Amino acid sequence: MTVAPSQPAPQMAPASQDFILKIEHVTKRFGGLVAVDDVSFDVKRGEVFALIGPNGAGKTTLFNSITGIFPPSDGRVVFNGRDIAGAKPHQAAALGIARTFQNIRLFEYMSALDNVRVGQHCRTNSKLWDSLFKTPRERQEERTITDRAMELLTFVGIQAHAENYARNLAYGQQRRLEIARALATRPQLLLLDEPAAGFTPQEKVELMRLVDKILAEGITVFLIEHDMKVVMGISRNIAVLDHGELIALGSPEVIRKDQRVIEAYLGKGA
Amino acid sequence: MMIFRTMRKVWATDPRVDPNPLVYTILTVGAILYPVWAQISTGGQGDFLISVLADAGVYILLAIGLNVVVGFAGLLDLGYAAFFAIGAYTYAFLASDHMVVTPLGEAIHLPFWIVLFIGLFVAAAFGLLLGAPTLRLRGDYLAIVTLGFGEIVPRVFKNLSVWTSGVNGISALDKPVLPLWLQGPWSGDSLEVVQNFKIISPMAFYVIMVLLLGICVVLVNNLRKSRVGRAWMAVREDEVAAAAMGVNTVRIKLLAFAIGAAFSGFAGSFYGAKLSLVSPENFGFTVSITILVMIVLGGMGNIPGVIIGSLLIYWVTFLFLPALPPLANEWATKIGLGGLVPPNGDWPGIGEEMHRLQFLIFGIILVLTMLLRPQGLIPSRVRQQELTRGVTEDQTIEDVNAETTA
Repeated sequence: MTVAPSQPAPQMAPASQDFILKIEHVTKRFGGLVAVDDVSFDVKRGEVFALIGPNGAGKTTLFNSITGIFPPSDGRVVFNGRDIAGAKPHQAAALGIARTFQNIRLFEYMSALDNVRVGQHCRTNSKLWDSLFKTPRERQEERTITDRAMELLTFVGIQAHAENYARNLAYGQQRRLEIARALATRPQLLLLDEPAAGFTPQEKVELMRLVDKILAEGITVFLIEHDMKVVMGISRNIAVLDHGELIALGSPEVIRKDQRVIEAYLGKGA
Repeated sequence: MMIFRTMRKVWATDPRVDPNPLVYTILTVGAILYPVWAQISTGGQGDFLISVLADAGVYILLAIGLNVVVGFAGLLDLGYAAFFAIGAYTYAFLASDHMVVTPLGEAIHLPFWIVLFIGLFVAAAFGLLLGAPTLRLRGDYLAIVTLGFGEIVPRVFKNLSVWTSGVNGISALDKPVLPLWLQGPWSGDSLEVVQNFKIISPMAFYVIMVLLLGICVVLVNNLRKSRVGRAWMAVREDEVAAAAMGVNTVRIKLLAFAIGAAFSGFAGSFYGAKLSLVSPENFGFTVSITILVMIVLGGMGNIPGVIIGSLLIYWVTFLFLPALPPLANEWATKIGLGGLVPPNGDWPGIGEEMHRLQFLIFGIILVLTMLLRPQGLIPSRVRQQELTRGVTEDQTIEDVNAETTA
């Protein structure tokens, strides 16, 4: 099956373009607190990029700035060659950026299937009129939505739970459902916020396989993760944040040996 | 508390059984048989009973509309009656002689069928107008703003007396006439069955109401199961996640608000036509709250539940409570307590006492229903799960307590 956009999503850039996302001097201030301080890095199209750093380093805040939940105070977020800083969350989704949340945020009292159906909201266009009178067009679209939702649930391996309420799924299944829901928006860039948190080693291996599958669909994966095995195992490039500042950037080999990273994680003198 | 636990268990429905088809069947059959029953049981004098149910239909329409806002999209609207007033006044302006006494100086008489839809659109427009600046607010704040709107609108109608005749309201509104195409060739001289047929009999209103309700239930059910309906529920569950999935939350909430208002305006126009009178007193805060109670008690989010809840609350507030004093007198006499009936010193007589206590009794009925059936009479599957979970937890705690004390 294919998860990648069957019809090109809007603003599809030419394939020659190397970087899908460029973070340029992004700063996010909350009153006097600087959560993200003048951070710049680029995410290559088709790679797995990881953002790591101690708790409170500003990783999730940066994700929120990219997806429009908290627009950045300063700087540019360039997605496919276009500055999207200040775009609303639903606009970011429509442009092709999907995300999951650190603390799982599913629609708890909706079925797993409905969760994924909602994800297709911005790629479908039945009007109020169609919905009110169940026009043939709307019926057709609903069938497509349902089929695709089932495909995605199968893709992440929880098709058996389609009719269950999201809140009744097991923890690992909920994490997978969030990924399926995000994929339903037909993203080019998928942001995963600590996808392996609370996973058993076995589940972590399965997650890494799933990330590979997503990558094979042509979707760039940008993730925040604490588990070094996962990060070092799947990512091509890594950015390290500490106290809102970018302290290191490079391949896993470089990051592993970086003195500042070691200090940030283990404290000075380590 | 033992009683409540047992009662809840007895009342708890099996979540695997979907009661909705059964309820819809009962409602349809009931709607058809009701006029027959009303006429037979009263020996042909049943017009009053039929009229009452047509009035209840207006409330059902209102409740179905508010259910879209509160039950589907999760936006607490405490000023819903404002749109009801707007619909009713729209009918009054556009279908009566009233405009003669306003600065306009000329009466407008548009047909009922057209004004119904004008009322719908005017109310929806006001819904958008109120929603646009306020729907960025969340939860409690939105409730307060809508509460304010609900207080302002009837006051505007009351004080804008040049146009609305103030507290006197507007009377002698046009009675609905059958649409032109229904007065076709068959209404010639020999066959003048429906020539200029005016809908004044309660039965005609009842039939129109039942048909309108049927259509509305189908349309709202379509919406619930559509892309729009899912987006509403997503916003209700988690607004941030819904936005991140591409739902334009402001727009989708505005849509829920406008559709809710449209129902209210529609119901208002019908109400104006049936009552032939509008007055600012008919659209107070109590009306908004009564409709809210109807949907909460019936089962928020579930349309058959909302209908049953509306019928029940309508019956309690408009029929049972007013009839209570004479009933109390009768029962007291029957069970040998006739001494309670006449006033005696401080005792006002059981009938009068019941009259004074009617809101207490109403309150007790509400509290008992919510204790016994917190998920509503016919809950949506969602509410059911949400609350049965709570109940089982309660029970385990109680059971543990019982065991430890035993």
